[in-house]
Amino acid sequence: MFKVTIDNKSIEVEPGTTILQAARMIGGDVVPPAMCYHSELKDSGGKCRTCMVKVAQGSVADPRPMPKLVASCRTEVMDGMVVQNITSPEVVDARKAVVEFLLLNHPLDCPVCDQAGECDLQNLSYEHGTNTSRFEEEKRTYEKIDIGNLIQFHPNRCILCYRCVYAANQLTDNRVHGILYRGEKSEISTFIHQAIENDFSGNMIDVCPVGALTDKTFRFKNRVWFLKPMDAHRECTKCSGKATLWYRGEEVYRVTGRKDKYGEVHDFICNECRFEKKNSSDWVIEGPRKIESYSVINQNHYKNVVIPSVINPIKETME
Amino acid sequence: MERKIILENIEIEGIRSLEVYRENGGYKSIEKALKTMTPDEVVNEVKTSGLRGRGGAGFPTGMKWSFIDKKSGNPRYLVCNADESEPGTFKDRYLLQHIPHRLIEGMICAAYALGANTAYIYVRGEFKTIIGILNEALKETYKAGLLGKNIHGSGYDLDIYVHTGAGAYICGEETALLESLEGKRGNPRLKPPFPAIKGLYGCPTVVNNVETLANIGWIVNNGGETYSKIGIGRSTGTKLISACGNINNPGVYEIELGLPVEEFIYSDKYCGGVKGGKELKAVIPGGSSVPILPKNLMLKTAEGQPRLMSYESLSEGGFITGSMLGSGGFIVYDEDACIVRNTYNFSRFYHHESCGQCSPCREGTSWMESVLYRIENGEGKMKDIDLLVSIASKIEGNTICPLGDAAAWPVGAAIRHFRSEFEFHIQNPEIVKNIKHGKLPLTPKGE
Ligand SMILES: Cc1cc2nc3c(=O)[nH]c(=O)nc-3n(C[C@H](O)[C@H](O)[C@H](O)COP(=O)(O)O)c2cc1C
Ligand code: SF4
Ligand code: SF4
Ligand code: FES
Repeated sequence: MFKVTIDNKSIEVEPGTTILQAARMIGGDVVPPAMCYHSELKDSGGKCRTCMVKVAQGSVADPRPMPKLVASCRTEVMDGMVVQNITSPEVVDARKAVVEFLLLNHPLDCPVCDQAGECDLQNLSYEHGTNTSRFEEEKRTYEKIDIGNLIQFHPNRCILCYRCVYAANQLTDNRVHGILYRGEKSEISTFIHQAIENDFSGNMIDVCPVGALTDKTFRFKNRVWFLKPMDAHRECTKCSGKATLWYRGEEVYRVTGRKDKYGEVHDFICNECRFEKKNSSDWVIEGPRKIESYSVINQNHYKNVVIPSVINPIKETME
Repeated sequence: MERKIILENIEIEGIRSLEVYRENGGYKSIEKALKTMTPDEVVNEVKTSGLRGRGGAGFPTGMKWSFIDKKSGNPRYLVCNADESEPGTFKDRYLLQHIPHRLIEGMICAAYALGANTAYIYVRGEFKTIIGILNEALKETYKAGLLGKNIHGSGYDLDIYVHTGAGAYICGEETALLESLEGKRGNPRLKPPFPAIKGLYGCPTVVNNVETLANIGWIVNNGGETYSKIGIGRSTGTKLISACGNINNPGVYEIELGLPVEEFIYSDKYCGGVKGGKELKAVIPGGSSVPILPKNLMLKTAEGQPRLMSYESLSEGGFITGSMLGSGGFIVYDEDACIVRNTYNFSRFYHHESCGQCSPCREGTSWMESVLYRIENGEGKMKDIDLLVSIASKIEGNTICPLGDAAAWPVGAAIRHFRSEFEFHIQNPEIVKNIKHGKLPLTPKGE
């Protein structure tokens, strides 16, 4: 076992564990945010750079610090490694910069985005971003492309995390979408604009950390914070059949995979379960899903809000 | 003293052909290496020589070779990086065009040393003529029994293939190159693992620059010890420098490392001084990615020592007052050159060439270009200068591959040394709008 210390908290882990995984085992504030890494997707991670941490001591054998910040999602721990996440001003600074980069061209259209309330980017910018932007140029926009009648694709919201590409590559036989072009012009696209059709394509929605890939059958139907998630399962020949049903009253508005508190689905579900089974009678209900990571929006967890001064006289009057 | 290793005999008519190349001593090292030396002995000679990678980073070649895992039982590969696309660098092209067998000879020795039976030359796609020359040279080499099965009766087999890139600067980065060679999108890989452990098709691989490999034949023939005496300090041997910009004699020169920069710029043997008798303003000594230096810091270090053409001397003073030898792309600017425009032009290049994998580089390169475009067109604001410094510093060190750094450094250095030119552009929009510096058309970002 290797001993690793992250923000002064130590844990022993198996060799081969990444810093991010070790941090998640410790839990709490030492866990770096991750936008592109997904534990079920091989080769994912390393790209968004939100999870960067400082390695203040490499190992017992070689205590030298690492010269640059490292992507915790793809860096394995060594015995005696000392890592700084939020205790390093350098890390906090770099993370702020990454958030700024990710939001640079983002349309900030949360009010009309179905992902709002369960969006990793929303949470990330709330926790680590700033209220203003230094970007004065015109934002990048893409031509919309239609990828079929199940998945709604909003290229302008995409953060190019590559998760959907890995998901499609690893879960389906014939991946028809990928990244076109390069640099700031890169975009998700399908092979000669065709629809994405296969039994597991819906999982792209669940792995997408932002509102770039959303459920077309749920489009504009409701806001997620009005819905009540229930875990349920069914016999399915194609997938695990383990899902979360999202209710408003008696009605099932959508079906998704079960996301853990890091937004990761570990049992992928098929399109039949996701898109065609929207009656309670299709499922065995297990009970309410415990959502461990409420979004800033659905929890009304606003900090540093400037209360307009006109409110104060009212408050005084009331007192 | 003038010393030629790589370009030796280049003036001889027909040296491009195998026949003439051999008549002039070519391929002698193969006989020596394959018949009288063990692979490890070749590695040791290269270690002793002190040869450092000529692709830009200057990593000791012998050391890189010794990281190769020879015990895993997996095949090993040698890959020659001939993707040369850095603005200002055109030395490998010159070498390949005039004396391609120098590379092939070096590659045979290197592949033997690494125990590789397959080697690739990854050539920049735009080098159409070069690709033809290389294929012709390889054909001759095979015919002469210097490649293929049982080379020279030594029992050693080697095949060399030419692979053509498709026009991406990023495919010069060694791991992007390997991805591209495997037929994938040219995205750099995360390191570690380094190619020496997991390279091409997951097997131990060495990627070396053309010029690096072109030295190997000489080192085998003359010994690492002899090589290590050429040059200065830890900068052993010679270096090809491609000189361009406002000078009298642009071209490719082989210099012994340690030559004073002043001599290189002003001697008629080399650049021949600034064109039109103008005053020297600045130099980028190692290709577009390395920091620009103003005349005073280029000719002398901050300590007042003469600046030399060597890894150590050029980087003396760090990035505050120094630069880097890089790939040897030596770009000279005269008093009339516009640093802002030049910086804008480079940032346009890096924006265009970023692979787009990691957010700081993807977003930052485009942002810097937009801001520089405004400044160059008389639409900048004073706060844009600090904004640029800030963006550059936030890309630097936070990316997957060094392209992010390469995009950030030129911007940081230009502002560090020529801040007043940026201020002038911002304060005098009318003048700036009416001046056409250089011949490049101004186009909106990315076009
Ligand atoms: C963006 C980028 C472009 C590069 N382009 C080249 C190139 O065109 N040719 C080259 O030899 N090395 C290039 N390099 C350096 C290679 O990654 C690698 O370090 C080099 O090929 C190693 O060879 P050497 O040790 O012989 O120098 C580039 C690096 C980066 C980051
Ligand atoms: S569409 Fe979503 S999952 Fe795919 S790359 Fe963009 S942000 Fe990532
Ligand atoms: S630094 Fe730029 S070129 Fe290199 S991997 Fe990141 S996005 Fe690609
Ligand atoms: S989560 Fe580690 S770099 Fe994106």
